[in-house]
Amino acid sequence: MSPALRVVSGTVDDRADEDPRFGITIGPLQYWWPRERLLAFYADIADTAADTVVLGEAVCSRRNEFKTDDWLALARDLAAAGKRVVLATQALVMSEAELRTVRRLCEQDGFAVEAGDASALAVLAREHAARPGRPPFVIGPHVNVYSRAALAELAPLGAGTWVAPIELAIDSVGLANPAADPVSGPAGPVVTEVFAFGRMPLAFSARCFTARHHRLNKDACDFRCRDDADGLLLATEDGEPFLVLNGIQTQSAALHCLIGDRAAAEAAGVQRLRLSPSSGDFARVVALFDAVFNGVADAREALRELATLGLPGALVDGFARRRAGLEAVPA
Amino acid sequence: MHAEAAPRRAPQLVCPAGSLRALQMAVDAGADAVYLGLKDATNARNFAGLNFDDAQVRQGVRYAHARGREVLMALNTYADARDPAPWQRAVDRAAALGADALIVADIAVLAYARDHHPQLRRHLSVQASATTWEAIEFYRQRYGIQRAVLPRVLTLSQVQHLVRHTAAEVEVFGFGSLCVMVEGRCALSSYVTGQSPNTAGVCSPPSAVRWDETPRGVEARLGPVLIDRYAPDEPRGYPTLCKGRFVVDGERDYAIEEPTSLNTLAILPQLVEAGVAAVKIEGRQRSPSYVAEVTKVWRQAIDHAASGARYTVQPGWNTSLSRWAEGQQHTLGAYERPWR
Repeated sequence: MSPALRVVSGTVDDRADEDPRFGITIGPLQYWWPRERLLAFYADIADTAADTVVLGEAVCSRRNEFKTDDWLALARDLAAAGKRVVLATQALVMSEAELRTVRRLCEQDGFAVEAGDASALAVLAREHAARPGRPPFVIGPHVNVYSRAALAELAPLGAGTWVAPIELAIDSVGLANPAADPVSGPAGPVVTEVFAFGRMPLAFSARCFTARHHRLNKDACDFRCRDDADGLLLATEDGEPFLVLNGIQTQSAALHCLIGDRAAAEAAGVQRLRLSPSSGDFARVVALFDAVFNGVADAREALRELATLGLPGALVDGFARRRAGLEAVPA
Repeated sequence: MHAEAAPRRAPQLVCPAGSLRALQMAVDAGADAVYLGLKDATNARNFAGLNFDDAQVRQGVRYAHARGREVLMALNTYADARDPAPWQRAVDRAAALGADALIVADIAVLAYARDHHPQLRRHLSVQASATTWEAIEFYRQRYGIQRAVLPRVLTLSQVQHLVRHTAAEVEVFGFGSLCVMVEGRCALSSYVTGQSPNTAGVCSPPSAVRWDETPRGVEARLGPVLIDRYAPDEPRGYPTLCKGRFVVDGERDYAIEEPTSLNTLAILPQLVEAGVAAVKIEGRQRSPSYVAEVTKVWRQAIDHAASGARYTVQPGWNTSLSRWAEGQQHTLGAYERPWR
């Protein structure tokens, strides 16, 4: 186990091998938040139990308020505050300009990188071959690894962590990278991370649905996604919240929530939980997950409290249980 | 310009076959290659009553090869962590049955094919979501893919740029139902039904569809979700979930995409000029008549575009295609201005 992956609130946990602590990762911010709000959010995160923070614009390259240099500066600040920082590349890369950003992120050695697609894998594989000592990379949730054989293809290229696809049932996660016989990369066994909280990124498109809703072309979008802190709600005709339009990304209106799935996660060899930023009392969300997964707090009570935190949607966990993703967390 | 008058290398016309009948009609109508899948979850059109058993593949291969055409086998879902054996066996079967190439998305399946049947051509499926030349080169260098099928997200200049920078052949979609999402990265169907293109080879599966007559109109549901509600005089479409009518900001509309088909006839000469190696027609789930008629139109269009003569879309072509288009509508998709 890499010591870097067992940092808890800035201190290396030297009981790593026998310690069943779950690492907590703050996933990349999916929305366009104004600069002040974004900075205030990450200042709060610095004081939470999360040990790892994924930074960067993973959705749309037109969002220009926070540029690559700004993310790198924020990465240095959070690293100084004791967090492990990972830089995310975009999930959908289409233009040469976007490829240049991917290369810039993947070619730096200061921070680990989360691959959003196969373009990033291509660059990361090259870089690791050239400089094997650089930080292991993260296989992001939009890289399609659904089985052990697929994970075994990517791990040797320099991967240290695998974030399972959102729709992969938790028992399959355990089969792809079992605790008893994990897939190994150059830095040791690959750590399994699962998306454990937040509105789920379900699909990407070349088309910007936020711009389309406002009858705007994508290249003259007026940056309207800035208006929607948690995305733009799409409801069915009978009034049920269904999806969320977030620029070129489509999310679930409901929030995936694995707070009641600790035993299944442990059985599947999951070592990290990804919590995806949303509005509401997010610092409290982090504290509740830490208390349930790494303390003695009761999951049911935590679930009840989550419902009071001003979160943008209902809580579901169907994907983890090999069901439709929209199925509610069992009461 | 002088260069534009010279004849171009005609891209291969790759047509869908959900049945032996469709395969034969595609070949007869001028397809250079036909793609098909087995009767299981190893391919992305895993519908009841569709696809091929071994004997049918053998017969189809014989029919195509006798006429100098190719058969490509789609093995483009993701191997199940619980039992990857069916995907491996499908690769073995494709080799044994004489398929000319595999169309694969999963690196686990690509690696198996490369290691066990290196002589069998490998095409990268659209379901692998390779949208840049770097991504395609990653697959070419590691898995020896000879061709990549592009997701329907790139603009014409992005396609041109990509073709210039990869040594792999490039195949693009020409016509058929339009996935508005990047293929291979859409979990909308599994969010609603538990089954997705990646895991089960289906999107918005018929088993999850329900039609209800209500006082407010006819309602189409997918699982528990109301996808569309039709007035008595409105034509009804299949409730593909991204093409339903929903409410955003109090406004009811096709909030993601309208029922429409991709049709790139208008820019075919530019695609040929860009060096695209193959044009794919979508629709293994469609009838043999669809396959025959669409293939016939595209055969004429490709021959015309590659001849070096001045190209114009013949009115008869679009009339024929409109009959088979979803919602009787066409779009250029990502090649169109509002998407850019």
